[in-house]
Amino acid sequence: MITASETPNPLLPAGYDIIWSLVVTVIIAFFFFRYLLPKLNAILDERAAKIEGGLQLAEQAKAEAAESKAEVERELVAARKEAAGIREEATADGGQIVAEAKRKAQAEATRIAESAQRQIEAERQSAVVSLRSEVGELATELASRIVGESLADDARQSRVIDRFLAELDSTVDSPVGAGAQSSASSTASSQSEA
Amino acid sequence: MLPGAARHGYEPDVPGEFTLSTAAIAVPILAEGEDDGGFHAPGIEEFFPDAIFGSTELGSFFGFDRIMLVRLVVVAVLLLLLWLATRRASLIPSRGQSIVELGVGFVRDQIAEQILGKERARPYLAMLTTIFFTVLAMNLAGIVPFLNIAGTSRIGLPLVLALWVFIVYLSAGVRKHGLGKYLKAQLFPPGVPWPAYVLITPIEALQVFVLRPATLTIRLVANMMAGHLMLVLCFAATHFLLLEGGGLIKLTGLLAFAGGLFITLFEVFIALLQAYIFTLLSAIYVNFALEEEH
Repeated sequence: MITASETPNPLLPAGYDIIWSLVVTVIIAFFFFRYLLPKLNAILDERAAKIEGGLQLAEQAKAEAAESKAEVERELVAARKEAAGIREEATADGGQIVAEAKRKAQAEATRIAESAQRQIEAERQSAVVSLRSEVGELATELASRIVGESLADDARQSRVIDRFLAELDSTVDSPVGAGAQSSASSTASSQSEA
Repeated sequence: MLPGAARHGYEPDVPGEFTLSTAAIAVPILAEGEDDGGFHAPGIEEFFPDAIFGSTELGSFFGFDRIMLVRLVVVAVLLLLLWLATRRASLIPSRGQSIVELGVGFVRDQIAEQILGKERARPYLAMLTTIFFTVLAMNLAGIVPFLNIAGTSRIGLPLVLALWVFIVYLSAGVRKHGLGKYLKAQLFPPGVPWPAYVLITPIEALQVFVLRPATLTIRLVANMMAGHLMLVLCFAATHFLLLEGGGLIKLTGLLAFAGGLFITLFEVFIALLQAYIFTLLSAIYVNFALEEEH
C-alpha cells in the first residue's frame, strides 16, 4: 500500500473525477436528448415523408399516364370502329344508289320502249286507217279496171268495199305486217272472185 | 514494454497487482533515465496531474485538474461543432449536417437496430448515440495537440457511462419482466439441472451486477491509458534521442518519431473502435435484459 499512495491506483475513481464526469455526461446528454436528436429525427422523418410522398406522386403520375394511354387507346379503337362502320354504310349506300340508278334507268328504258311501242302502234293505226281508204280506192280502181264499167254503180261499189273492209278488219287484228300483206292479197283475191 | 504491460495488465480481477507491477517497472526506468540526463519515462502519474484548484486526493469531491479541463474543452468543442453543423439543418443536408447524420445513422443502423431490432431500439437510441459521441470525442482528445490526453483515460467518465448503461439495462429488464421474473431469468437460466445453479447463479450474478459495467469501464480506460503511454514514450524518446543522443544515435530518434506518428494514427483507429465497442456492448447488455429467454 505504500506504493499505491505514491502512484495513485488508476482503477480507483476520485470523488471529483466522478463529479466532473457526471457534469460532462449530463451536459452532453442534455444536448443530445433535448436538441440534437429531436432536430435530426424531425428532419429525417420529414425527409423520409418527402421521399415517400415523391414516390407516391410518381406512382400516381404513372397511373394517370397509364389511364390516359388506355383512354387514348379506347378512343382510337372507337374511332376505328366508327370509321369501319361509316365505310360499311357508305359501301351499302353506294350499292343502294347504284341499284336505285339501275332501277331508274331500267324504268326509263322501259318507259321509252313503251312509248316507242305506243307511238309505233299509233302510227300503225293511222297507217291502217289511211290504208283502209287508200287500199279500198286502189282496189276499187283496180277492180273496176279489171271488170270494167259494171262496177261503176255507187251502191254496188260501196257494198263491195264494205265487205272488203270487213274482211280487212278481221285481218288487221292479226299480226300487222303479215296481216296487211295477207289482207291485201286476200282483198285482191276476193276482188278477183267477185 | 511498458505499454504492452499496461494493455495486458488490466485484468478486472487483479487491479492491485497491476499497479504494483507497473510501478515496479516504471521506477527503474525513471531512475535510469534521470541518470542518463533528462529522459522522462511516462508512468501512471501522467494521469494524475497537479490540481488546478481544489484537492486531487482520492476522497476529495472538490478538485479540478488538467484532465477535467480537457473534458470541459472537449464538451465545448463537441457541442459547438454539432450545433454549428445542425444549426441550419434542412432537408437537403449541408456538409457538416451530413457528417453528423452519418454518425447518428451509424449508431442507429449499425449498432442499435442491428442488436435490438427497429422497434426495441427506439427508447435507447438517444442514450447509445450520446455514449458513442461522448466516448469518441473524449478518446480523440488524446491525439489533439495541446489537449494531448483522452478524457476517458481517467476512470471517472467511463465509470459514469458504464453505470448509466448498468442502470438502464437493469431497469429495462425489471420494467419488461418484473423484478422477480427478471432476476430469475438472469440468475437461474432455464434448461439447466438444478445442482448446476450452485455454480451458475453466482457467476451470473457477478456477470450481471459487476462484470458487465466493470469490463465496460476498464476496457475503455485501459485502452486510453495504454495509448497515451505509448504516445508519450515515443515522443519522449524522440525528444531525448534527438537532443541528447550523439552521432548516429540521433537517427534512432527519427525512428522513434515515426513510431509516434504511427501510434497517433493508430490511436485514431482505437478511439473509433473503443467508442464502437462501448456502444455495441451497451446495446448488447440492454438486449440481454429485454430477451425473453436466454
